[in-house]
Amino acid sequence: MAATAEITQPPAPRLVMDNISKTFGPVRALQGVSLRVMPGEVHALMGENGAGKSTLMRILAGAIPADAGGRIEIDGRPAEINGPRDARDLGIAVIYQELSQSPNLTVAENMFLGRERLRGPFLTDRPRQRRECAPVLARLGADFGPDTRVADLSLGQRQLVEIARALLQDARLIVMDEPTTALSERESEHLFTLIDALRAEGIAIIYISHRMEEVYRLADSVSVLRDGRDVGGLSRAELDAERLVSMMVGREISGFYQKLHRPAPHDAPVLEVRDLTDGAGIGPVSFDLFAGEVVGISGLVGSGRTEVARLIYGADPARGGSVRLDGTELDHRQPRASLDAGLAYLTEDRKGNGLFLDMSVAENTAISVLHRRSGPGGLLPPATVTAMGRDRIEELDVRGAAPATRVGNLSGGNQQKVLLGRLLETAPRVLILDEPTRGVDIGAKSEIYSLIDRLTASGMAVLMISSELTELLGTADRILVMRDGQIAGEVPNTAANPASPEAIMRLSAGATPRTGGSA
Amino acid sequence: MTNPSQTAASRRETMRTWLRLSGMLPVLVLLCIGFELASGRFLSVGNLSIVMQQASINAVLAAGMTFVILTGGIDLSVGSILALAAVVAVGATITPGFAWAAIPLALLAGAACGLVNGSLIAWLGLPPFIVTLGALTAVRGVARLAAGDSTVFNSDLPFSVIGNGNLLGVPWLVVIAFLVILLSWVILRRTVLGTWIYAVGGNAEAAALAGIKVPLVLLFVYALSGLLAGLGGVMSAARLYAANGLQLGQAYELDAIAAVILGGTSFVGGIGSVWGTLIGALIIAVLSNGLILLGVSDIWQYIIKGGVIILAVAIDKLRTR
Repeated sequence: MAATAEITQPPAPRLVMDNISKTFGPVRALQGVSLRVMPGEVHALMGENGAGKSTLMRILAGAIPADAGGRIEIDGRPAEINGPRDARDLGIAVIYQELSQSPNLTVAENMFLGRERLRGPFLTDRPRQRRECAPVLARLGADFGPDTRVADLSLGQRQLVEIARALLQDARLIVMDEPTTALSERESEHLFTLIDALRAEGIAIIYISHRMEEVYRLADSVSVLRDGRDVGGLSRAELDAERLVSMMVGREISGFYQKLHRPAPHDAPVLEVRDLTDGAGIGPVSFDLFAGEVVGISGLVGSGRTEVARLIYGADPARGGSVRLDGTELDHRQPRASLDAGLAYLTEDRKGNGLFLDMSVAENTAISVLHRRSGPGGLLPPATVTAMGRDRIEELDVRGAAPATRVGNLSGGNQQKVLLGRLLETAPRVLILDEPTRGVDIGAKSEIYSLIDRLTASGMAVLMISSELTELLGTADRILVMRDGQIAGEVPNTAANPASPEAIMRLSAGATPRTGGSA
Repeated sequence: MTNPSQTAASRRETMRTWLRLSGMLPVLVLLCIGFELASGRFLSVGNLSIVMQQASINAVLAAGMTFVILTGGIDLSVGSILALAAVVAVGATITPGFAWAAIPLALLAGAACGLVNGSLIAWLGLPPFIVTLGALTAVRGVARLAAGDSTVFNSDLPFSVIGNGNLLGVPWLVVIAFLVILLSWVILRRTVLGTWIYAVGGNAEAAALAGIKVPLVLLFVYALSGLLAGLGGVMSAARLYAANGLQLGQAYELDAIAAVILGGTSFVGGIGSVWGTLIGALIIAVLSNGLILLGVSDIWQYIIKGGVIILAVAIDKLRTR
């Protein structure tokens, strides 16, 4: 834009990433993605959860290697990034969503972590470190000194420390991954002013965000990723909410979803959630769930979907509100009470807090109801457990598994079936499924969809959390959209009146409908 | 439904499980053969009986320790609890009117200590290492207090048959230890509670989500460990006709932990068996006994025992990788 009549060399892009691919085993996380960022440009990178934004940035940071065949250029020169050290030497700094700081060290110590200024072979030259960071902090308008302990800083201030650290390393390309997630409005505004200043100094910034208003406020251009491919970009002049959303969502909903069940007329709700809150940013949330329907919960990562599910189930203590199942108030202080009442919860993290990987398929499916099947003194004939396991293996078609097979040896899809089997063993009336198809292959996915459909047709009520919009559109009867710990709205999704992905994205990003592209 | 590759895979699986279960048994057998060849006196009926008696108290402590370690915890206080229980048992027999209650009181003292440990760990969420490290010191103090900081004797101990008598030629100590191991196996492998214990050790968060009351399970394992340490105290008192708050049971917790680890139980919880623990306890007893038979000095016994424990676990680690 600056180049006018004079014959000047157009500046080389700060960063060119060309034809970058990355496969993790069978999963193609990135396929031939390209990205181009100019000096002094704020470049927004957008896309749904799992679209590949983080993978791309991790490649740039040297945290993981890209597949062969791609090309990276910095300031017009080809660059090899084989590790975090290479990235740093090239002037690339990544500020991750979860800040990696040592809270008990001072600001100065954190800024020099891993590349301490030394006096002699062993001693840290702390006065020198302090001297060197003071001007950087001043330049950022920090209201704290180099000797402050990081633990005493607010999240916004800690973010400043990260930026200061990047500047101290002479970074010329700074990546910020959803930097405002944990910031207050005032802190965010301060960050934006700072980004403006950095841009004016010619530093290039890649800004990852889901929030439309931030993109409007900051971005000079936008690139969109979907399912590991780049689906194009928009310049600031072309910026348009509708267009961005449709680029992020895509338009295809494939045919492998099953929705044969017909929701019964809403008479009395099976599950009534009223003003449920954890007293710390989640809720109050209220909604009803009726027998024979699938209700989806959509929302961005961090919008509080899982937290609400855990509050309903009693995995975390609620600080207010109530949960009623068939009209009876649930003593929702612990999972045991919920299970006994007929409410079961499928965790989003089956290896982390779902399965017992070293135990057998049979034990894993039976564990929640063992006490109901045991004899006097809690005695448990092994045959009982084995039989329960065998029934579930047949019913859910868990492939390659015998009742005695160690669950850790099964594939992701079969592990998920085992976990679902455990829930079904408790004969629930309400099923809360948190990302039921995460990390599951296509075949098992469609089996899980048809299972959900069958269960619903038989009168069960299903609450399904998912980050995959297409999945919710394919299975749910209506969709609740969460933002900032609250239900931001409800979108019906019937055959006659299908939900529009745009409406859902708009609710979850909190974009105010507006026309035109200028901020 | 079965195809050849699947049956081969399941056969491999069975083989792996068997190897894991057999664990240290080959080491035990090799040690016995080695000591017999070197001394010529190891495999006599008399000596084997001595070895098993020496192993019995440790086996009882280690059985309790197995439960605790299966949940991913540790109990450092069992040696001190053993001392307290022994003092209580002998003390009761020389207190007029309480002789009959000697064994129940000793068991009660042990269980009470375990319940305190378990409550602090289960309800307050304190780390097991810290809680039982505190109890190791504090209960030792209580034991000295109870014994008046001296040794309590009773040459006419009413339950001395436990320490010195036989049942059909088998020493009572050995019978008790075997019954404890057997009962532990039944609890761990044939009851709901046992499955819960493995589940809590395998993944405590998943256990809570599956509806298991994790604090109750933790309370149980520490109470049981305390109770069995109490039983160890009774066995020890019965053998010695005496108990002393200061020295009795010193470092027993370390032998118990060593037995559990030698038995192949994972230190992070969720994997292991009480039969392995029995073998571990026997290995430790065989080592002590064999080295004495060979006339190895006390100092070298320590060094060799420590080395063998580390070596055995290292071999196990390589073998099951």
